[in-house]
This record gives sequence, C-alpha cells and structure tokens, in this order.
Amino acid sequence: MAEKKRIDAPTGTQTVGHEWDGIEELDTPMPRWWVWTFYATIVFSLGYVVVYPAIPFLNDASKGLWGWSSRGDLHQTMDAEISRRAPILSAIATTPIEKLAAQPELMQAAMQGGAAAFKVHCVQCHGSGAAGSKGYPNLIDDDWLWGGDLQSIEYTITHGIRNPDEPQTRNSLMPAFGKDGILNTTQVQDVVSHVRVISGQEKPSASSRRGDALFQQNCAVCHGGDGKGLRDFGAPNLTDPIWLHAGDRETLTQTVMNSRKGVMPAWGHALDKATIRMLAVYVHGLGGGEATPVQAQVAAAPATATPAVATP
Amino acid sequence: MPMTPETDAAMSTMNDTAAPAESLYAKRKSVFPKQIDGPFRRFKWLVMAVTLTIYWVTPWIRWDRGPHAPDQAVLVDLANRRFFMFGIEIWPHEFYYVAGLLIMAGVGLFLVTSAVGRAWCGYACPQTVWTDLFQHVERFLDGDRNAQIRLEKAPWTPLKVWKRVRKWAVWLVISFLTGGAWIFYFADAPTLQHQFWTGQAPFVAYGTTFVLTMTTFIFGGFMREQVCIYMCPWPRIQTAMTDEKSLIVTYKHWRGEPRTKGLKKAHDEGMPTGDCIDCLQCVQVCPTGIDIREGPQIGCITCALCIDACDKVMAQVGRPRGLIDYATEIDCEAEMKGEAPAPVLKRLFRPRTIAYFAIWTSIGLAMLFALGVRPRIDIAANAERNPVYVRLSDGSIRNSYLVKIRNMQSRPRAMTIGIEGLEGAVMWHEGQTRDQASRALRIDVPADQVLKERVHVVAPAQGEARQDFAFTLRTLDEGAETAQDDETFVRPETGQ
Ligand code: SF4
Ligand code: SF4
Repeated sequence: MAEKKRIDAPTGTQTVGHEWDGIEELDTPMPRWWVWTFYATIVFSLGYVVVYPAIPFLNDASKGLWGWSSRGDLHQTMDAEISRRAPILSAIATTPIEKLAAQPELMQAAMQGGAAAFKVHCVQCHGSGAAGSKGYPNLIDDDWLWGGDLQSIEYTITHGIRNPDEPQTRNSLMPAFGKDGILNTTQVQDVVSHVRVISGQEKPSASSRRGDALFQQNCAVCHGGDGKGLRDFGAPNLTDPIWLHAGDRETLTQTVMNSRKGVMPAWGHALDKATIRMLAVYVHGLGGGEATPVQAQVAAAPATATPAVATP
Repeated sequence: MPMTPETDAAMSTMNDTAAPAESLYAKRKSVFPKQIDGPFRRFKWLVMAVTLTIYWVTPWIRWDRGPHAPDQAVLVDLANRRFFMFGIEIWPHEFYYVAGLLIMAGVGLFLVTSAVGRAWCGYACPQTVWTDLFQHVERFLDGDRNAQIRLEKAPWTPLKVWKRVRKWAVWLVISFLTGGAWIFYFADAPTLQHQFWTGQAPFVAYGTTFVLTMTTFIFGGFMREQVCIYMCPWPRIQTAMTDEKSLIVTYKHWRGEPRTKGLKKAHDEGMPTGDCIDCLQCVQVCPTGIDIREGPQIGCITCALCIDACDKVMAQVGRPRGLIDYATEIDCEAEMKGEAPAPVLKRLFRPRTIAYFAIWTSIGLAMLFALGVRPRIDIAANAERNPVYVRLSDGSIRNSYLVKIRNMQSRPRAMTIGIEGLEGAVMWHEGQTRDQASRALRIDVPADQVLKERVHVVAPAQGEARQDFAFTLRTLDEGAETAQDDETFVRPETGQ
C-alpha cells in the first residue's frame, strides 16, 4: 500500500498511500505552531519532573529540586493562618467573657469562631441548628438547666455534665424512684399526675393531690416546692412547656421510675480556652442567652452530687 | 492590463483561473494604506479624536456624591459591586439597567446599520480606531505607502532593525496607555495610578494592563483587517442587516467601466471610455487592502477613504465626483436607468429605521422612568429554617429571621422595621434581649450598604400553623420611603 505514496500536484502535499475507490487522502503535516507547542510541552515536562515531585517509588516519590509538596503547601497556609489568628484568639482567651461584648471585633470573631467550632464539636448531639432533640437540650430557647448567662454556659462547656473524668463537672443525680423502690408504681403515677397538673397538661385529680404530697417529700428539694426547678442542681423547671425528654405520661413515668442522667463531655480537656469562650459566646447568642447576673458569680455546681436531683 | 507588483495583490482574484496549483491557504498580504485627505478622512479624524478622548478622559472626571460614595463620575466598583455613572448608581440587583443599556447598544447598531451600513466598523469600532492610529504612526515614522513597501522588502540592515524597533516601541507605548487606561474604570483613578507606579496596585491591575497592552499591540499592529474579516462576528450580522435601502460604499460600475488607463490614447482611437482611469488610488488607500470595484464585499468596513481618493482623481480628470460613493442599491438601479435617486432623508427615514428608532427610544425612556421612580431602600427577610420555630418557656413561639435592609443612597439613614399583622407579636434584634422587644425596631443603616440584622419574633402559641405577616420598612428622614417584605410565621402543627 505504502508504495502508492505520491505528491499530490494541486496541493503539493504527500498522500498517505491508501486509495478507496479512487479517493486518496492527503497526509497534511501538522501545523508548525502545533509541532512547536508539542515540543515545548516535552521540554516543560522534563523540567517539571526535575523540580517537582514526580516519580513514584514504593513508599515515597521523588522530592523534586524545589522540595515542594501539596502537604507542605497546606502546612504553610495553615501556619500562616494560625499565626494571623493568634493575636485575636489570645485576646479572646484573656478577656473575661462578659467583657467581650464591649469589643465588637472580638465579639464578631468569637461569634464566627464559635459557629465554626460548634459545627465540629457540638452538632452531633445538639443538632446543626442547635435545637437539640429528645434527651439533648435545645440551646436556642430561653430555658436553661444550668444557667443561660455567658459564664454559666462557659462553665458547662468547660467542665461538662456528669463527666467522670472531671472533678468540677456539673453533677446531680436524680434517684431512680421506681427502680430503687423509693416509690411504688401507684405513687409514681401520682407524682406524674401532679407534674402534669403543674405543667398545665391535666386537671387536678385525686391522684395528683396524692402526688403533690409525695412531690413535696421527695422532689421539692431540687425542683422546688412549686416545681419551678433549681439551676444550682440542674433541676429543670417542671411547670413550663419545655421538656428535655417529653411531658407525656409515659415518658414522665419512665423518668420518675428510672431517672435520667444525661452526660456531656468536659471540653476543657479537649479544646483551648479561646475556643470554649467562642463557643459560649455563640451559644449565648443563639437567641436564649441571659444577661450576666449582677454580682458575677460563677454558678459552680457542687463537686459531689446532691441526692435527689431530678432531670425530667 | 499592465501589472505592477503593487497591483497583483489587488488583482489576485483575476489571476485565479490562470493559477495552476492553487493553495487552499492564503498567506496574509500586508496592507500599506496610502495617506489620503478629504471630507471623510477628516470626519474619521474627528471621530477618532472624540472616541479616544472619551476613552482616556472619562475615568478622570470627578463627580461629587457626598462623603459616603466615590467621587469618580464613571466607576465600575467590582469589589463593592456598584456601578456609578454620573448621577446614577446601580446595585447588583439592578443589573437589568446594564442589560437594558446593552440592548440599547444592540438596537442602536441595528438602527445605524440599516440606515448607513457598517458605519460602526468604518469609524467608531475600537479595532478601526486603533488600527488607524497605528497606521498613522507607521506613515509618520516610516513614510507613506511606497517607502513602507520598500522598507518591508529591504534586507535586515541595522537601519531597518532600528526603524522596526522604533515603530514597535511607539505602538507599545500607545498600547500601554490603552491597556493602562482601562483599569481606571474599575477603581479610583488617581489612587490607582499612584498605586500602579509604586507597585502597590493589585495584581489584577497589572495583569489586565499587560493583557490589554498586548492585545492592542497585536490587534492594532499586526492582525488589523484580519480581525474584521476572520474574527469579528459583526460583519456577518451586519451583512444580514443591510438591505437594498442601506447606504453602502459602492463603485458605480455603469459609470466607471470600461476602465481606461490612457485616456488620451483611447479618445484618439475612438475606444469607449468609462470614468475609471484605473489609477488604483482606491485600492491603495484602503485599510483592508481590497478593491471596492469588485463590488460590495465583507472586507469593506465602509471607511469611505476610497471615496475621498477617487473624488480627488475625478476632480483632476474633470469628471463629477462620486464614482465611488455612499449609495443604496435601489438608488444605484435608478441611476443606472437614468432616473433621479431618492433624497437621502427619504433613505434615512423609512419604516425599518423608524421602527428601530422607536424601539431604541422606548427602551431608553422606560429605563429613565424606571430609574426615576426606583426605590432606594429595600427589606428582605429570610426565615431561619433550622429549626423553623422555637418554643419558649412561657409557651409562646419564636421564629427568627435574617433581615437584610438596603440603603441605596449615599447617606446614612434612620429607619424603622415594623411588623404588620401577626397580633400579639413582638420582636427584638440580636443586640437586644427579650424584655426590650417591641413591634418596631429603630435602626441606622450606613450609607450605601446592606445591613444584616438577625431578628427574633415572638408570638402567642395560639394561631394558625402558618400565619402570613409582613416586615415593613420606613425611613424616618424627609424622604419617607417605605418598603415591605411578606413573610410567614410558623407554629407547631399540634399546637401543643
Ligand atoms: S473599500 Fe473603501 S470603504 Fe471599503 S474598507 Fe476599503 S477604503 Fe474603506
Ligand atoms: S480611485 Fe477612482 S479612478 Fe482610480 S482606480 Fe479607483 S475607482 Fe478608478
């Protein structure tokens, strides 16, 4: 076939040598710019192989003369970013949390840093919208178990709740009234009736009146005689419509029978001070934050449990 | 027909049949347009002066907008997403005004094309203006057409190298000024100029200047008419837009043919003579290097320089001007039959051009009207959806909204946000607490900015699961403008 190659007269171009029913094909050479570009890319690639990591070995790759790597690049970017943020973060860490609001730039940085940290550390339990779910408190409403001012929130995040590894953790243990035999089944139902009455879900009944007496004996220590709760013990307000678990008879029965002992990590072990402070600012700003009490006293929970503190 | 080396560029089509092996690829034949003077040339000078002045001067015009807005008359502020044009300020959401301007530019081109053909190409197109400028530089430095051709053919002596370097250097300076001027439309010109020379300008300023310098240099210096013939889509569109009533540059062949080189001899021999003396002046002045005597063609940008050239020749040989002239196809036919052509005004005002003009003006008027009555404040609320509502300890329901308030004027304004509908509801913003809640929030919106405010609205639990209400916005100053945004308040379905 190839012998039929010839120069095509009108174009002056060589043919490829094939012929189909009298039709031949021109072997038009590549445009010169194309060929030169091609050569240039080869030259470029040689240089590339020399200066950049390019040749793979079993566990490694050639380093390249410039010693560049994408991982190193990332480290550099991160280091630069960390040192850029360092002064802001240390300012946040050294400014008392209730004084942050006076410095708008710090406040803004704290809000944004808190939002980012929340997405990493908190959403697993409290949800991405911080609205919680059954057993995990809603952080955007105005009801707080342990206090909703900046310092209380910061304390809770730092020391966690019922955290065995943290001596200063927020702790309270509601007895399992049914399981431990403190109250019998009927008494439990009576207490539940009373709780449903004070939370406005039921009309007073004989059962609830019996339950009232039982409540005063067993529950009022933590929840208060009126059932409005006591934050020092993390004892929830039982009269409002907000329930950590639920306010229906069945759930309440379970709560009184077995008690609830929700836990939360002590983030002081895992996160630095600035991050925790930013998280507290963020959570406080979600919509339910409370004003700092007049004499700034950290609502430190007793290190050891006070008995008979309930969490519905 | 005697052939000189100069003619065969123009005459090449006539040789086609004779060429034995025609290549499908034609190398560009350099064009060396000859200097010419005449009314159209002078008009072209004028257009060039006006367009270049507009281009170079506009960014430096100042326009006082008060302390809160830039004082540059025309500014495309990409960083802050604002477009300023004298008294008009356009925000990104009002971009349809810019779209409207582009549509007007489009219709305007239709209008001009249907009336006077490719006038845009011939006079105002940047490619034409800069190519023309570069050709003047060429003639100024290297001499007119013949000297340039000689230089082109000359071997690369030091003198030629010097001449080339000199020409390219001048081109580069012009290109740099062209590319450099562009960036001043996008930032405060005096500031950017200072930054530019002190190396503090953003990289994109240098990059843009470099790219535009190079494109100007290459397009104006080397590509020239190839841009018009091969790259630009506009000639194709315009060819479709011109009709038999559009003014285009025409060689009146019925008057010119047969071409006669030696008039005297031809007369003596009693041969028929046309007005064209085949002096090739029209070909030599043509910036795209075509021969208009072959008929209308895509290479003709209707710069009318050949009209100037031929009119001069006709004056010299004592024939009436206008052997090459702006003429419509209809008029040409009339003239061929010996009838009088229609008056120019009748050509310009015909249904098609009037229709284009009507569209053009109505878009313009509509935009002016819209600009006049457009609101300068705006409110847009975005309900938070995660979660949609929150139950508070007193049983009431809270919805939160991210409210954006736009102040499109270049002065700070005090406004109030209110709630319309949604009985019993109160609201507070992020900087407040619930005990400060009320049905109206007073806010100060900085000049020319969008304020984002997270607003909590609390309403009693009793009510529809989805209740419509509106955020209202009212300015407290003399303008007394209002705006509103309809929203929905969401409650738990069960009401429990
Ligand atoms: S033919 Fe005449 S009008 Fe057309 S581009 Fe050439 S000189 Fe200009
Ligand atoms: S300039 Fe006029 S006379 Fe001369 S060649 Fe062109 S058309 Fe003919």
